[in-house]
Amino acid sequence: MAGTTTSPAPAPAAGVPRAPLRVRVLRRPEVGALVAALAVFLFFSLATDAFLTPRGVASWLESAALFGIMAVAVSMLMIGGEFDLSTGVMVGSTGLLTGVLATHAGVNLWIAVLASLAAALAVGFLNGLMVTRTGLPSFIVTLGTFFILQGLNLALTKAVTGQVAVQGMTQVAGFWDARWLFGSSMAVGPAVLDVPILWWVLFTALCTWVLLRTRAGNWIFAVGGDAKSARQTGVPVVRTKIGLFMTTAFAGWLVGMLSLFGTTTVQASTGVGVEFVYIICAVVGGCLLTGGVGSALGGALGALIYGMAYQGIVFAGWDNNWLKAFLGAMLLAAVVVNTYVRRRAETAGAASTEHTDPADGGGPAEGGERG
Amino acid sequence: MGLQRRRRRYAALLAGGLLLLAGCTNGRPAEGTAVGDTAPVQPADAPITVAVVSHSRAGDSFWDVVKSGAEEAGRQQGITVNYAGDGDPTQQSQLIDNAVAQGVDGLVVSMANPEGVRASVEGAVAAGIPVITINAGMVESAEYGAVTHVGQSERMAGEQAGERLRESGVTGLLCVIHEAGSVSQEERCAGAAEGFGGPVENIQVDISNTADARATIQNKLMSDDSVDGVLTLNPAIATSALGAIGDAGSDADLATFDVSADIVEAVRAGDMLFAIDQQPYAQGYLGVTLMGLKVRNGNDVGGGRPVYSGPAFITADNADQVAQYAERGTR
Repeated sequence: MAGTTTSPAPAPAAGVPRAPLRVRVLRRPEVGALVAALAVFLFFSLATDAFLTPRGVASWLESAALFGIMAVAVSMLMIGGEFDLSTGVMVGSTGLLTGVLATHAGVNLWIAVLASLAAALAVGFLNGLMVTRTGLPSFIVTLGTFFILQGLNLALTKAVTGQVAVQGMTQVAGFWDARWLFGSSMAVGPAVLDVPILWWVLFTALCTWVLLRTRAGNWIFAVGGDAKSARQTGVPVVRTKIGLFMTTAFAGWLVGMLSLFGTTTVQASTGVGVEFVYIICAVVGGCLLTGGVGSALGGALGALIYGMAYQGIVFAGWDNNWLKAFLGAMLLAAVVVNTYVRRRAETAGAASTEHTDPADGGGPAEGGERG
Repeated sequence: MGLQRRRRRYAALLAGGLLLLAGCTNGRPAEGTAVGDTAPVQPADAPITVAVVSHSRAGDSFWDVVKSGAEEAGRQQGITVNYAGDGDPTQQSQLIDNAVAQGVDGLVVSMANPEGVRASVEGAVAAGIPVITINAGMVESAEYGAVTHVGQSERMAGEQAGERLRESGVTGLLCVIHEAGSVSQEERCAGAAEGFGGPVENIQVDISNTADARATIQNKLMSDDSVDGVLTLNPAIATSALGAIGDAGSDADLATFDVSADIVEAVRAGDMLFAIDQQPYAQGYLGVTLMGLKVRNGNDVGGGRPVYSGPAFITADNADQVAQYAERGTR
């Protein structure tokens, strides 16, 4: 199998010696982010009193979770070589659609939840279709979707409800049942953790599994690494890319539901400007802007760094006028650490001879099916 | 390498996750529970920490004055003030949770979208941290368990503004909203419409792009002759509107909510009718001060009702005096 494909994730052929474990670990794209996350964690644990308390941990984990779900999906999309700028505003769109349907159209809450999922997947599908059919950069296509959704969020919400935010969700029948799924919290030891953290962990595990252990994962690395040769070897490029855009749309829906049921409201402005945070998290986590390299776990770690830094700066009581400057410096430092660790890994890897891309999927490379 | 075995392992993980989920609570408020007032007696000058969590990102001129007021009150009274803010209710909720995690002695919070921060505010109250709301969220303040609210009634201020504009001879009014999603801005325009009693049209601009806001207002003025009055809800947008009125060659009258040094100057020069001052400095200052009284002395100021910080009207009559205060960033 491995011999019949040029996908960048060939399984080690029999007889070729595997690199030592240390080198293989260091080669993972998320190792740099892990080191940076540890550094940020240690810094705030030592610099502030509240960061390491159960409540403190819960606060930065929840902050990271909402960024992280999206960052994981965006990482997969970036590995596949595309961008999605409509991710942030999708959070608002799905939350608003569910809320408006439930509070003003009298639609059953669960149907409203599923309707917004269908709408999100449709937008993701259209994004993917336009990118693959027109050949335009996804940056441009999704920028268009971003503005359209932003306009619809405000105009439709205002036109239907007369307000610019979803109000009165708690009076909707079934709200507290749905909140159990999307907005509950649980006691884990001394800490009370919110359910988005669990969704984040599950989603990251699922995406990691897809990337590393399935044929679809190999396709994703292949289309991001070199779409042309991927197509020539029979990878269904169009289907893979559309699937990736639908994955980010799905993540947008999930975060939209978590926001709506967590706070009982979503505003027309929700999510605008956050799309770049997701991309930053993915890059901090080891994704390349050019595609073909990265990991889902890396995106999750990138979000963890962002969440820890964002809340940690508040814990530290630094003047909030400086917040963005601190945050930017911290993220740059994380990227630098990340790059440094990766370089070291590559130097170490040069000693052993195995020819493997840093984005080694390691799974069964079955790229033979034509889409 | 049995794929089957691996599958089973993932299934087990998933099942474990669902079991964890089964132990969750959905945060539904229990009926009829009351939180006992068990705060220990503090000395009258005990060093305390108060977190101020607003719904504004750093850099907004209005909130900078609130922040100055809060910090000055802290300096004078030996209270450590931590100021933070975010316009998104989810993010703001997390900042409130963060303050609770820090174990602050008191929480001062503005609620532009009250439902959005309800769980966190009630969580703080449940954790025994006294809460005072400022600026926005007057109606919900007591319901969520806050000690009091310091601010102005947006609707009432809007009504007064509408009345004044009508009395000045305006016949068609444009109300400029600059933050999509702010409930209190909608309230102001609705109040203005009520007080004005004539045709009022709302238009939407973006506070982060004042140049574009200026163009939008100018286009509206040039394309619609019936508009002879403009009401803005933010001083920076008012400055844009002032430019737009000039460029459009319109003789529309301008009034605004909230104040900056430029606005006071424009009122003094007669370029603007008036500015509605909810006195943000007082909101920050009183928020922290009343919290100090609550924590150190158990005072419930307001008697369960809001404490009004405004509206005060800045007109050509008092602009000279206000200008001196605006210069130093306290009006």
